[in-house]
Amino acid sequence: MKNSAILTIGLILLATLSIVSLSIGRYSIAPSDLYAYFFSVGHYDANLPVILLNIRLPRIIAAIAVGGALSIAGASYQGMFRNPMVSPDILGVTAGAGLGAALAILLSLPPIGIQLLSFAGGISAVLIAVSISKSIGKAHDVILVLVLSGMIISSLCGALLSMVKYVADPDDKLPAITYWLMGSLSAITMDDLYIVIPIILAGIIPLILISWQLNVLSFGDDEAKSLGINTFLLRILVIICASLITASIVSISGIIGWVGLIIPHITRMITGPNHRILLPASFLLGGIFLLLVDNLSRSVSSLEIPIGILTSIIGAPFFIFFLKKSKKSW
Amino acid sequence: MVNRPQIQFDFVHADLGYGTHKVLSDINLSIEGGSVTCLIGPNGAGKTTLFKSILGFLPPISGKIQLNGKSIARFSSKELARYIAYVPQAHSTPFPYKVIDVVLFGRSAHLGYFNAPGRKDRMIAESNLDLLEIRHLAERSFSELSGGEQQLVIIARALTQETSFLIFDEPTSNLDYGNQIRVIQKIKSLRNQSIGILMATHSPDHAFMLSSQIIILDKGLAQTGNPDQTLTAATLKQTYGVEVQIFETPNGLSPARKICVPVIQ
Repeated sequence: MKNSAILTIGLILLATLSIVSLSIGRYSIAPSDLYAYFFSVGHYDANLPVILLNIRLPRIIAAIAVGGALSIAGASYQGMFRNPMVSPDILGVTAGAGLGAALAILLSLPPIGIQLLSFAGGISAVLIAVSISKSIGKAHDVILVLVLSGMIISSLCGALLSMVKYVADPDDKLPAITYWLMGSLSAITMDDLYIVIPIILAGIIPLILISWQLNVLSFGDDEAKSLGINTFLLRILVIICASLITASIVSISGIIGWVGLIIPHITRMITGPNHRILLPASFLLGGIFLLLVDNLSRSVSSLEIPIGILTSIIGAPFFIFFLKKSKKSW
Repeated sequence: MVNRPQIQFDFVHADLGYGTHKVLSDINLSIEGGSVTCLIGPNGAGKTTLFKSILGFLPPISGKIQLNGKSIARFSSKELARYIAYVPQAHSTPFPYKVIDVVLFGRSAHLGYFNAPGRKDRMIAESNLDLLEIRHLAERSFSELSGGEQQLVIIARALTQETSFLIFDEPTSNLDYGNQIRVIQKIKSLRNQSIGILMATHSPDHAFMLSSQIIILDKGLAQTGNPDQTLTAATLKQTYGVEVQIFETPNGLSPARKICVPVIQ
């Protein structure tokens, strides 16, 4: 299939799903009401504009942004690390963001404080991991050292997070921290999106622009250099963009696992490994996937299931199915 | 026909190695474009170190490596990649790229930072697939090819870089006998297009077949000369520590050349 056809189909699916998602939820909205509202003909439920614009629409945009952004960050990291097992949190961004958020909750900061501290935690974790890998030096394989530095920082943040949980008030703060770490889209407002979406775009656009160079990197650093790629600059650019994307997403949604690992994988089975198509297609598929999961999370039971739990429960069998189905190496 | 810039490498009192670990000392040699130079030497003698130094991956510990009179260190990866293409031993990639995509990677040095290859780049890539007679592999996955086919694809990628100089790292290792000879034949035809070649090899015969200059690396030092005079039974004994006899090919095999026959007790 041609690349443009894949992207067109993805866009149409995403658009259709978004419209369908508008009528899904506790407060059911009839399609005829939606039609009446959008085209200003006939009567519709008086509550409808508020529900659509203040509740459903931000939620749908958030699901697409979170799913798409995590997937594109994951796809870029998989390309840069030349390893399909890599996820966006490889350099510690998620662990750092989790620690930041937990600290903010412990200090009783308002929601904006939680977001800021979480974003700062994510970015700092990556900066520390990258400087550790720089200080270890060039004598070792650059990728191996980066991955190990990320692991060190992740586990350090994990330990500090446990400490924060340990001292947190078990009646109100500990549950709040635990709930935040599960990930959720329910608290995301339109105002959050106005801030986060420009940051995400500032990360995504450069990644799409350099996507072809990521292909060349797959033969290894030395070969990519001999082909004329500035591997140092490319790596820094990918790390900055992917960290910006992931940290800003995690700061509003909490930790939503799996998406950044499996969606790039599944997309690669459809599009092939060329990052020029893989990156935008990962965004679309990630958006579709998270929108589907979010629809389930807010409609399956009367109590909303945290989306971070559902992505893993749905993601695991989904992934197994695709792995079995694909004959090619990936 | 591609307009290839003239090229000359000069090593001036160059000590090469990793950090403080010196692998080759006081290297003085010149390599010119338009000829084939074979690089031989036992395992660990520093062939890879020499390559990495020419390609700018390893700065010399002391001394200079120059390309057309300018220090290698002062070229960006992109500039250097327009002069020199590198043909490493083929190895697998983590992702299943198509052969045509792999060959197009050779266009990187000619593209803007945010660009992908276009129609013209594709034509160059395809013409090099034709040249190496592997056009039929274009849509296949690189990782599914045999070692010999992969090596030819990597050579096509290097040609697509349109440089005047190619560096081969033991291009025939891991290949079956037929593919070894096919690859050597291709390299010979490149020489006839006046592309300069530096090739590391484990077989002295390759030097007799192809080269006008030979560099022998041994015990941290480099010795240069032409193969007929330099590659003698005594030199090979000294370099590799084994008994070898050197013969002329029998009458009637044209062109005549020397061959190397190991003495097995």
